[in-house]
Amino acid sequence: MTNSNFSRRNFLGLAAGAAGAAALAACGSSGPSDKGGSSGGGGGGASYWSLSGEPGQPIRQAAIDRFNKANSGTKITPTFFQNDAYKQKIKTAIGAGQAPTMIWGWGGGGLKSYVDASQVVDLTDWFGQNDAVKQKILPSSFGAATVNGKIYAMPIETVQPIVLFYNKKVFEKVGVEPPKTYGDILNLIPKFNAKGIAPFSLAGQSRWTNMMWLEFMLDRNAGSDVFNNVFAGKAGAWSDPAVLDMLTKVQDLVKGNAFIKGFSSITADSNADQALLYTGKAAMMVHGSWSYGIQKANGGDFVKSGGLGWMNFPPIEGGKGDPSNTVGNPGQYLSISSKASAAEQDVAKKFFSTTLVDDDEKAGWVKSGGVPVLTNSDSLFTGDDAQFLKDMSAIASGAKTFAQSWDQALSPTAAETLLDNIAKLFQLQVTPQQWVDAMNGVIGK
Amino acid sequence: MTTLAPPAVRVKESKTAKGGRGGSVLWMAAPAAVYFFAFGVIPLLGVLYLSFTTWDGIGAIKFTGLTSWKAELTDPGLPHSLWVTFEIMILSWLVQTPISILLGVFTASFKRYRALLAVLYFIPLLLSGVAISITFKALLDPNFGLGAGFGIDALKQDWLGQPRLAMATLIFVVSWQWIPFHSLIYQGAVRQIPGSLYEASQIDGAGRMRQFFSITLPQIKYTIITSSTLMVVGSLTFFDLIYVLTGGGPGDSTRALALEMYQKGFMANLMGPASCIAVILVLLGVILAQLLRRLGGRGDESMMEGV
Repeated sequence: MTNSNFSRRNFLGLAAGAAGAAALAACGSSGPSDKGGSSGGGGGGASYWSLSGEPGQPIRQAAIDRFNKANSGTKITPTFFQNDAYKQKIKTAIGAGQAPTMIWGWGGGGLKSYVDASQVVDLTDWFGQNDAVKQKILPSSFGAATVNGKIYAMPIETVQPIVLFYNKKVFEKVGVEPPKTYGDILNLIPKFNAKGIAPFSLAGQSRWTNMMWLEFMLDRNAGSDVFNNVFAGKAGAWSDPAVLDMLTKVQDLVKGNAFIKGFSSITADSNADQALLYTGKAAMMVHGSWSYGIQKANGGDFVKSGGLGWMNFPPIEGGKGDPSNTVGNPGQYLSISSKASAAEQDVAKKFFSTTLVDDDEKAGWVKSGGVPVLTNSDSLFTGDDAQFLKDMSAIASGAKTFAQSWDQALSPTAAETLLDNIAKLFQLQVTPQQWVDAMNGVIGK
Repeated sequence: MTTLAPPAVRVKESKTAKGGRGGSVLWMAAPAAVYFFAFGVIPLLGVLYLSFTTWDGIGAIKFTGLTSWKAELTDPGLPHSLWVTFEIMILSWLVQTPISILLGVFTASFKRYRALLAVLYFIPLLLSGVAISITFKALLDPNFGLGAGFGIDALKQDWLGQPRLAMATLIFVVSWQWIPFHSLIYQGAVRQIPGSLYEASQIDGAGRMRQFFSITLPQIKYTIITSSTLMVVGSLTFFDLIYVLTGGGPGDSTRALALEMYQKGFMANLMGPASCIAVILVLLGVILAQLLRRLGGRGDESMMEGV
């Protein structure tokens, strides 16, 4: 041990290096889940970013394969990301001028932020010239693609209303009937709790899951005007007494153990909330219609054997809202980056006008248990999923108002404050009045 | 264990030597300096500039002076996340340091079974933070996790859903991940202590405890400071574990500064205020590191003095 000082220093250096390497390794964890991680989109083709996972990814991949097969000269290169990772990645890429040719999104406030930064192409004229394409898409889905009267995205994929799912087997076991009103729900809560079954499954850590409750409670209580005022940026729009009433009702649900124990640490990305429903640990769940496909894929024979029931959120006694109203995603959206070259934009437009409106696309989404944004799909609703698809289609087209999910409709800044305060509301960390004050502070931002 | 060359003297000699190696070794620092500037200093200046602007991460960057700073400093989220950060820092230090020192001392001795145990202890160090968090999240799930799997009610707590319990769980997972690293540092430090000190104390009749408190602890003083600096400064930037385990929740109970910065910048598109938090983080890190360095006493003394 003659030169002890040196060996110690080297040793520490090695140790610190290991820590640094570990930190670096941890950084690279949310990368794309699929091949072809090209960002800018090379010549002679176009790039396309979207979400990974079942049931959407294979259908998206199939559409691109069809297009590439039919157009050998031009190639679309897809990259798929996990939902939450994608939301960050796409923002960063657009901000850095590295956006893919085709930007997949949810329309609404997020799309508006791209429009404000002149990052996406105005498609109004293109839809004007290609009216045949426009006629193939449900008119109601264009609302969230429209910013300041101009269309900036093509509605694609599926219409997804949020509905109340329930486990018929659990209802049978407990010997109760599905709720017809909000009062029925309140009566059911103690009955399920007494049997050790959670009345409602909820993935509270994901926050937007909690938001779906607020959306329906407010709409059934007071109609769609309150949120329309918020959306329009009217000062103090959240101060409507109906909002306080709705928030109090939601906190009463939390206090009354309406939601499964530990809901605030459950995430929707892992589909744990849906697993709680099909395993019978919870009796009901408010979720987007896309959950049907997930439960069908993961729940064994739960869906096939008729275990899953669904309905539009029931009316609240004395509420002013139209019981036919619904909220959710009126479609998914594909925009074209204004940074893409003319050739890339042409490839994208060709993809829009051919593959994305063809019969295979329609059939693919129907098969996954979704209602396509494309018109004349009803004849395809056959087989196991026919009843579900017919009901979703009826809810979507029969709704007096099909509101877009709040966090998608609002600007990212307001949406983040909204989700933050909703999480605190469910945690009983804020009172309804504090919630209203905090939300009034970001109206129009 | 023969004689020890007095390092302090040698350092002084090379410092005072004029000309000689000085000119020729300077270029060896160039690669490090280039990296430091490219990935350290330049982004830092960029963040400092962004903190005086308003930017949504997508559009044009507008210089708006102190607007972002005013917005950030009056935001109640800032003191809250500062408090959470310090809570994590202090609690994780209090848990990690004693256990790391004990494990370090334990594994420092050259016995075969201890070497085997040491290898096992270091396994968490090989795993990525995200993998650890996903695993723990699955194990701690109140409905599908360990407790439900084995039917043990004591494990069926809402580990990540109650504010206090979530903080405790977080500290546990952080410690589980990092104790091996700090034990490794302490193991090295303890092995550097000259055996002659222990032999001499044994002759004087000192027992195990006395040796630990009078020789081992004072001899690893600098290592404690190094390890504490890494822990303290590291806990300022804890992100991956919290993000995956709790997402800052329940509510905002575990939302530390780094998470607050991420949410402001990348979720709410407020790059200006997020950059202000980044600047605050850098300042805090520098101040804390300096304070800890001061704790070590004068910089030129050696622990080997008098050996």
